[in-house]
Amino acid sequence: MAKTPFDLECDMAWCPGCGNFGILNTLKEVLNDLKPDPEKLVFVSGIGQAAKAPQYLKCHYFNGLHGRALPPAVAMKASNRELTVIVESGDGDMYGEGGNHFLHTIRRNPDITNIVHNNMVYGLTKGQASPTSERGFKTPVQVEGVILEPFNPLAVAIALDASFVARVFIGFRDHAKEILKKAILHKGYALVDIFQPCVTFNKINTYAWFREHTYLLDASHDPKDRPQAFRKAIETEKMPLGIFYLREDKPVFEEQIPAYKEDPTPLWKREVRAEAIARRIQKLKT
Amino acid sequence: MSLGRTFEDDVSIVLAGEAGQGIQTIEMILSRILKRSGLNVFGTKEYMSRVRGGTNATEIRVASEPVSAFVKRIDIFIPLDEKATSHVKRRLTDQTLIVCDSGTIHPDREALDVPFSKLALEIGGELFANMIAAGFLTGLLNIKIEIINEAIQYFFGKKAADVIEKNYKAAKQGFDLGREACSKHNIACTVKRNPEVKNDMLVNGHEAVALGAAAGGCNFLASYPMSPSTGVLTFLAKHAAEFGIVVEQAEDEIAAINMGLGSWYAGGRAMVTTSGGGFALMVEGLSLAGAIESPMVIHLAQRPGPATGLPTRTEQGDLEFALHAGHGEFPRVILTPGTLQDAFFCASHAFYLADKYQVPVFILTDQYLLDSYYNLKEFSPMPPKPKNYFVQTEQAYQRYAPAHDGISPRGIPGFGQGIVCVDSDEHDAGGYITEDMEVRTAMVRKRLKKMELLTGEILEPEIHRADEEYKKLVVGWGSTHPLICEALKRKKTRDTAYLYFPQVYPFPPGLARYFQKAREVISVENNATGQLAKLIRRETGFEVHRKVLKFNGLPFSVEELVEQI
Repeated sequence: MAKTPFDLECDMAWCPGCGNFGILNTLKEVLNDLKPDPEKLVFVSGIGQAAKAPQYLKCHYFNGLHGRALPPAVAMKASNRELTVIVESGDGDMYGEGGNHFLHTIRRNPDITNIVHNNMVYGLTKGQASPTSERGFKTPVQVEGVILEPFNPLAVAIALDASFVARVFIGFRDHAKEILKKAILHKGYALVDIFQPCVTFNKINTYAWFREHTYLLDASHDPKDRPQAFRKAIETEKMPLGIFYLREDKPVFEEQIPAYKEDPTPLWKREVRAEAIARRIQKLKT
Repeated sequence: MSLGRTFEDDVSIVLAGEAGQGIQTIEMILSRILKRSGLNVFGTKEYMSRVRGGTNATEIRVASEPVSAFVKRIDIFIPLDEKATSHVKRRLTDQTLIVCDSGTIHPDREALDVPFSKLALEIGGELFANMIAAGFLTGLLNIKIEIINEAIQYFFGKKAADVIEKNYKAAKQGFDLGREACSKHNIACTVKRNPEVKNDMLVNGHEAVALGAAAGGCNFLASYPMSPSTGVLTFLAKHAAEFGIVVEQAEDEIAAINMGLGSWYAGGRAMVTTSGGGFALMVEGLSLAGAIESPMVIHLAQRPGPATGLPTRTEQGDLEFALHAGHGEFPRVILTPGTLQDAFFCASHAFYLADKYQVPVFILTDQYLLDSYYNLKEFSPMPPKPKNYFVQTEQAYQRYAPAHDGISPRGIPGFGQGIVCVDSDEHDAGGYITEDMEVRTAMVRKRLKKMELLTGEILEPEIHRADEEYKKLVVGWGSTHPLICEALKRKKTRDTAYLYFPQVYPFPPGLARYFQKAREVISVENNATGQLAKLIRRETGFEVHRKVLKFNGLPFSVEELVEQI
């Protein structure tokens, strides 16, 4: 792979052959092509193997708590609208521990990109079921197999009218790259669920399994058609890849905040509104 | 007994009735009228956790001198429904003047009968009963009718002309009845007026905290509604555009504090406002603030727990919770204002401390402090213009670089060429995950060193005493402050001193000199276990001799403290 300004010499904690490497390298290429201002590019992650990705990139990052990547990301964008904010975490972090934030962040529609490494298993804690594990998947905890319905992030996102909903498989690098680019450029909340194999703890959902169980959405799919997008999202035999749903006309969260009505200046550049506060205090005297 | 009496210097008026009956309307109008006529005023309320029904009671004190404490005594009682009298029966005495509408309420003793309902219906509806009552009290207290008219203009000026007209009429009828009752029953009010009071602020605890935070440079507030902390959220939401504050109602308290941390990371100055149960959800986020050395301001408005407890009532039960919350060891500051002036000051000071030292700072208040209001000349001093402590980064910037003063300069994205990496895992100088034990040890030391630095910023406890020598020493923190002050003033004993803590952590050093002088040290706390007393023992080894505690959901009254201290 060609060198990019985002490369970082470091000791990586991922297993050889992990799908995370493909995602990291693809992201570097995407960033190298898009050339966002590195001073204003922030990665936010939670905890897990996927959440370590920003550690291996040369960029600003905020590696917070398990499940809590989205709230700080929303706040960063709402505190400085000039930032490019990318949230990168795993399926357990985003759909399990952070499920509530996932729902409400979509409702807000902040202009951030939400990349979710989805390997259908917990890596860092060594092989328990994830919210996206399929029924029957056996683990040291789900010893007789998962009995819960898998969480369907795409269907949920479409139900909440998310403004950009996509899924890719990291085995299809060029396709993934193209969609990640669109997601980052999209104005509004963009979800990219990325299928990736966990070579250590998931012997079922392998590279070969994903190739066999996925297909690319073609030109006949209209991402502006919400019912159609929903139908595609609930296909589970062979799972579609591509942009399921797209809305380009949705108002963005941070642009509707009253504090920015007359002034888009980032909070850090602002001075305290001493006069307005003094006026309000004066008002208490009337 | 006769209804005739003279109200001198200090009158306690209590209105009680169901939620939704309009007590708040009367209170809002009356308190403004009292202040505008040059009377000192204090108000507080106790209410049930329900939107309709139940019994709520509001106390309004009118006095010649400034007052800021709850008294048990009731001089004028206005029950608005049948249940109200039994709700406050322990507070009623022979001296209490009961004013009620005999059409709906039947007190078991002589009362001033005012047909509020009937008159209101004649004017145009039940709602006007509130204005008639406000007018009546204005007349009873011998305040000029012009002041009530001015208040109507102030509150209802934007409403339709006939609504304003009817309110004038209601107020006038009430006022006339009030004057009439005074002459008929020989009732007089001689509370002294002070023209300077007219231009005082009338401010409550929510406003004091919110304005203090704003003056301290707060520009981001994420919170989840929870009594009694919500007033700060609604006040700042209302003035968000005007003050330039980003206000967001988070999906839960976990999101709220994590948003706060995200905002500080991006250069904002964030606060969360919550109560015990909500703060319980924030605890992991508090620990994250400790790990990433982020500033954070937490307004923790206490109410009785455990769990949902008594949602609308008061307690000082979360000092130890704030002290010990969060896994791992990291520094923090706990401010415990007891007056509205201190609440304002502490809220702004919290931003200074949090930003400069990169630590979480608590403003610990409670329902009683927040829901109380009184007239105050000024917030004084106004805090200096807030300074941002973040730095412009250079290419080689490292977020956790060792610093000579122990505080690594804090960079933010978008300001400088360096990259700002923060990690909840143990990290090295650059912010990258490490398990190097030497680095770990150095990082823990670096974080804890801030505790030493913070001791240089402690708000010293205030000693209140008549004489240099004393036999008894009372200790207190937070909202009990004005209650203890007034109780001691009433006792008129010169042998009792009082030590008030506007900050309990880091714990102020050098207190032995106060404790040694006293034969008896008494802690007064609105909780069941004496949490300040326990902290004193932990920090100084000194065992408080006696604890005066209350934990039924209500604040102490001045009378109770006079008796128990």
